[in-house]
Amino acid sequence: MNNELIKKVMVFVETRNDVIQTVGLELIGKARDLADVQNGQVIAVVLGDKISEQDAQDLIIHGADQAIIANHKLLKTYMNEPYTQVLVNIMQDVKPDSALFGASTIGRDLAPRVSARLHTGLTADCTGLEIDEVSGLLLMTRPAFGGNLFATIICPDHKPQMASVRPGVMQKKEKDDSRQGQITFLDIELDSSALTYEVLEEVAIVKTKKNIEDANILVSAGRGVGNPANFNKLHDLANSLGAAISGSRAVVDAGWIDHAQQVGQTGKTVRPEVYFALGISGAIQHIAGMEESELIIAINKNPEAPIFEVADLGLVGDVNQIIPELVKALNNLKELKKNN
Amino acid sequence: MKIVVCIKQVPNTNEIRIDPIKGTLIRDGVDSIMNPDDKAGLETALELKDNNPDTTITVITMGPQQATAVLREAIAMGADDAVLLTDRTFAGADTWATSLTIANAIRKIGFDLIVCGRQAIDGDTAQVGPQIAEHLSIPHVSYVSAVEHKGDYLIVKREFEDFYQRIKVPTPCLITALSSMNKPRYMRVGRIFDAYRNLEIKTMGQVDINVDAEELGLKGSPTKVRKTETKQAKKSGVVLELDAKDSAEKIIKTLAEKYII
Repeated sequence: MNNELIKKVMVFVETRNDVIQTVGLELIGKARDLADVQNGQVIAVVLGDKISEQDAQDLIIHGADQAIIANHKLLKTYMNEPYTQVLVNIMQDVKPDSALFGASTIGRDLAPRVSARLHTGLTADCTGLEIDEVSGLLLMTRPAFGGNLFATIICPDHKPQMASVRPGVMQKKEKDDSRQGQITFLDIELDSSALTYEVLEEVAIVKTKKNIEDANILVSAGRGVGNPANFNKLHDLANSLGAAISGSRAVVDAGWIDHAQQVGQTGKTVRPEVYFALGISGAIQHIAGMEESELIIAINKNPEAPIFEVADLGLVGDVNQIIPELVKALNNLKELKKNN
Repeated sequence: MKIVVCIKQVPNTNEIRIDPIKGTLIRDGVDSIMNPDDKAGLETALELKDNNPDTTITVITMGPQQATAVLREAIAMGADDAVLLTDRTFAGADTWATSLTIANAIRKIGFDLIVCGRQAIDGDTAQVGPQIAEHLSIPHVSYVSAVEHKGDYLIVKREFEDFYQRIKVPTPCLITALSSMNKPRYMRVGRIFDAYRNLEIKTMGQVDINVDAEELGLKGSPTKVRKTETKQAKKSGVVLELDAKDSAEKIIKTLAEKYII
């Protein structure tokens, strides 16, 4: 087949201080599926300062056919103009049929700028991506109106068809060490004209709390917990299970937890092994952020609460009575195990 | 300094419900509000004006006639004048065509600084701000949580997931504001009268922005909506009503079945 006719799915693989971010691998996993249904190729593009051959190989074994690396000292720290210039050049050369970006605070800054420069469409925060069997177009499904509605978007006459996907939504493939691919290091030229702004300093935000996206078990609180004193008791459950604490928008607004711990449309998307939805009624915005959890246990006083529609185990009752009983039972169990 | 603030009228998405039988959105009785991130952007502009009275603030929105409600609210908060971008050819625009429309209007209005909200709660795309900047070939900084104006540049704080940058960006430029950055002020009594009685809201249409109709609205939009559907929730689990102790035991049993404990 003529090389120009091979459908290429490009993935922008995000790095931070030259460390590849997981969302890039997740997108490569999805891109692999999209490429396979049309005998296409997955092209991973990485921008950084000191991205290594080993980093590139890691992308190949996770599903990429090609890895294109652009190293330059001006690409170590994310700035939108140098990134846009380099990426647009690569995309004009590679001519991908579609291009995927992580919908992180970097991807959501970069992708719009790139799409406007390339005069093509961009669909944000997609939760579903598939190839239309008839037209071969990328079908991009995304939530709208706070998750109340799902829209399937196409980009029929402009290329590439660009989409962003939030971290945690797609799944990376298992490593396949036997996979082979082509690795290209680009010589790129960037001068100070690309510096449309200057980063004076970069400051880490010290997080004392566990990152909720990485937690195996989440104890998540909603308005139904009632008050901060009741909320604090949930920590006993979290400690007993080694879980992290998260919550709905209502408790973020009430100031009980940080925005970083919010699950849902305007917070994080999580898929832990166990998700405790405690006093969370289950607004669709919240459900959008947690419904992929392996096991959902919901407690709510209201038997009509929508959270019960997605729960594997739903218990109608008072969180503040059930949880202390649960903590007691868990502690008893631990004692038993210790004594055996 | 001349500041243009882009605002959008949005339905209060927290109030939207789905008709369980028809599977459609129930919009009746749902308020329209000024998008929260945009309101924070307006507040930021007003604070810059508080510090430097030699500042004018123009608010602009694209939408139907009823979108003038958010423009009047912005005037009552302290903005100097307001522009409604409205034209049949603008209808059905995606973010590319929307940003092109707004960018060309702002070019006519003139600016040193453009402030947008990070994203709107009805679409959540966060795309229009950066795309306006691209159409105007000016720098942008998104996810901004603090702004200082110093002569011909700004010092802004740009938030990432686990770090922030302090950035020096020259004007003219565009920033997108986070709703967490401030508490927007209330409308001022004296201004409310001006906003609702005296103020004439300027309107701009396709002729005024001088862009080919082929590039606007649905026609000019690279993306199209193929279909929409309301969400189908998965049904799989059991719902039980037990006393607290039995509830706890049921949870223990479920966790044990899945080898969690």
